[in-house]
Amino acid sequence: MGLLSRIRKLKEAGVVGINNRNRGYIMPRNPRALYARVDDKVETKRLAVAAGIAVPELYGLIGAVHDAKNFVHMVEGRQDFVVKPAHGSGGKGILVITDRRRDMYIKGDGVALTAAEVQHHIENVLGGVYSLGGQPDQAIIEYRVKFDRVFEQVSYRGVPDIRVLVYRGVPAMAMLRLPTRSSGGRANLHQGAVGAGIDMLTGHTTLAVCNNRRISEHPDFGTPLGGLAIPGWPALLILAARCQELAPLGYLGVDMVLDAELGPLILELNARPGLGIQIANGRGLRGTLDYIDAAAPLPTEAEARVAVIRAYHESLRGTG
Amino acid sequence: MKRVHGTILALILALAALGLMYAKISRLGLPLLPHQLEQVWSVEAKIEFDANRHATVVDFDIPDRLGDYVRLDEYFISRGYGLNVGVRDQNRRAEWSTRQARGTQRLYYRLEAVPQSETEADANPKQRPPAPPAAPVYQEPMASAIQDVLGNVRDESANVFTFVSQTLVKLNALAPNDNVMIIRENIDRESEAWVERLIYVLAGANISARMVRGVILEDRSTAQHLTPWLEVHNGQRWEGFDPRTGNRGYPDNFLRWTVGDEPLLAVEGGRNYNVSFAVSRYAQSPTTVARARGEANDTFLASMMLFNLPVNTQNVYRVLLMVPLGALVVAFMRTIVGLPTLGTFMPILVAIAFRETELAWGVALFMMITAAGLSLRFYMERLQLLLVPRLCSVLVLVILLMVIISLVFGRLGIDKGFSIALFPIVILTMVIERMSVIWEESGPGQALKEGFGSLSVAILGYLVMKNEYLTHIVFLFPESLLILLGGFIIMGRYTGYRLLEVARFKDIVEAEDGTAKPHP
Repeated sequence: MGLLSRIRKLKEAGVVGINNRNRGYIMPRNPRALYARVDDKVETKRLAVAAGIAVPELYGLIGAVHDAKNFVHMVEGRQDFVVKPAHGSGGKGILVITDRRRDMYIKGDGVALTAAEVQHHIENVLGGVYSLGGQPDQAIIEYRVKFDRVFEQVSYRGVPDIRVLVYRGVPAMAMLRLPTRSSGGRANLHQGAVGAGIDMLTGHTTLAVCNNRRISEHPDFGTPLGGLAIPGWPALLILAARCQELAPLGYLGVDMVLDAELGPLILELNARPGLGIQIANGRGLRGTLDYIDAAAPLPTEAEARVAVIRAYHESLRGTG
Repeated sequence: MKRVHGTILALILALAALGLMYAKISRLGLPLLPHQLEQVWSVEAKIEFDANRHATVVDFDIPDRLGDYVRLDEYFISRGYGLNVGVRDQNRRAEWSTRQARGTQRLYYRLEAVPQSETEADANPKQRPPAPPAAPVYQEPMASAIQDVLGNVRDESANVFTFVSQTLVKLNALAPNDNVMIIRENIDRESEAWVERLIYVLAGANISARMVRGVILEDRSTAQHLTPWLEVHNGQRWEGFDPRTGNRGYPDNFLRWTVGDEPLLAVEGGRNYNVSFAVSRYAQSPTTVARARGEANDTFLASMMLFNLPVNTQNVYRVLLMVPLGALVVAFMRTIVGLPTLGTFMPILVAIAFRETELAWGVALFMMITAAGLSLRFYMERLQLLLVPRLCSVLVLVILLMVIISLVFGRLGIDKGFSIALFPIVILTMVIERMSVIWEESGPGQALKEGFGSLSVAILGYLVMKNEYLTHIVFLFPESLLILLGGFIIMGRYTGYRLLEVARFKDIVEAEDGTAKPHP
């Protein structure tokens, strides 16, 4: 297939490219002044708590190198916790401690770290190694999500999460992100995690993608990736739609986890969500985004906004 | 409206740049291609005479307007003489003087000239037409001979120029009649006297005519004398005529030296004086020529050229002006192709570094030092150092690595090792640090992808920035960067797919074609 005909086919499929996403959606819909609210995870957490949206509990915040050793006090009596940079991106710099034995901290991958090593990681975070633009950063110490067992068969360590792309407050597309061996337990597609598209009506997974290629089984376990049911799907969609009220960004990525005890929690918001979600769903975004644009003015109620996307998929099902 | 705005802006920028470039090319004769050498003619007049041991004054006509040529420069070579350049009639005049001179004296005047560019030739200054001369009172038998010749021609010609032409043909006839013989009077028809005779005859028909003298430019001709030529005014302009054939125009490569029939050279206090001309041709950088042309014609445009700056500053701009071209490569590779790079301008900095080291060697060094630096960086990781001290440690190690490479290559007798000293170490340190973070966070695959992405963009950038043609254009025409600016504006509005995205999203399209399409 020639390059031009490939490009035409992508266009016909309504696939949105990065240039188009940046100029057509992010630049007009996401005011730069609001980026701070989503890039700073401390701020996101504060806003979410104020709005009554559930987030992982904050154990402590470290802002200076000489405080780094104090993390020991912050996690006093906690068996597990997570260290992450307040301004990190793409899951960089997240340290997950799943257990403690004597003086050792056990990482998600089973490696034991000393307190000094954890402290060094925190110092790196503070030094800005993982932050956008390399500026000095803060380290967040927070609750470790105990993910729902439903995804145990399809995730390699780490936390599987659900990414919902929310356009103008309407959940437009969603995928389940599953860590793999090659992603190092992280749920980011460009690090090698699996993305499984989710049917917006049923909450069941459909297709899956890994490293931009279509797959049907988990690369590590060989378990099928289609047909997984996400518990409490309608509530998840409404939660995602509500996040737009925290940061009124028109093109927003919402990352959620299902905690076994606490239910859905908002992990973070993203002002520049990636386009891999299209491959996971085997569908271009344009049709959905155009439908939402045509449905404007959009309702203020989150439930009513979710109804918009339901109506869109019902109409597709009707014609298809 | 918004959509057209950017395009129009880009178009205006490009047009403004092209307009300015055109003005510079046409008015200053700036070359679009590098290494296009321009022919410069050098004419040397040698004045020789025997001095009388007295005060000596030499008057010599030197050219002012050169006809189809432009003066680049002139030199007066005369030891022991005072020089004064003035104007007499339509000519400039050099006056050399000395209190006492003895023996054979030689004075030189050298002129360097280039052909005029086309637009300059049109820009003849308005001159008042000369008053037509009164008919001289001729003596017999000359009077009736002239009357006869002029009378015959008058019946056959339409205007002044054809009249002159026909008269000259008649007077130069191979088989002259008696009247023509009387007028010719055995005058050598190559001489100035013949031109003077023609002017005398034409005055009988009230036609303004004058003599010009010029040098026929012919490479390596020596001991040449000035060629006399006839110029006739028809009430609007002067036109040249060959005094021996009556053909209109000037000889090829005719550099006009003087106008009028005043003696070319006058020497007071000397004897046996004569002047001879030597012509030679050499090639010169067109920028030098353009600069001289600019001084002669259009001082504003010429003063806006970068070569008016001190050479050091010029060299800085030679590099600086190329940076946007490197940026063009980066912008293209990132927004149109979609190649990932470490940082936006890092590849340009690496490309500039390649200028110091040559490409193959630069790439080898880049890979060697990055690889070594990365492994050292991973070792440092185990020491658990804070960010900035760790960066500085990598910097020290990078410098030491360079020292070692230089020493080793120096011992092996490969002098390439020394050019490394100019390779920007800070850039390499940053490359190493960023790559190691990506390595850790996104795996070696991503790190190598971005590393090689940067390297290939740097190589491309280097090839563009090294291109002689482009270097030449941006240095002579810095305004051409406005075209680039327009290009960036257009590129900034591109919302199509990046080329690498076509491969990335391949599976969506194939499902569309496809076999099984489970959703929705």
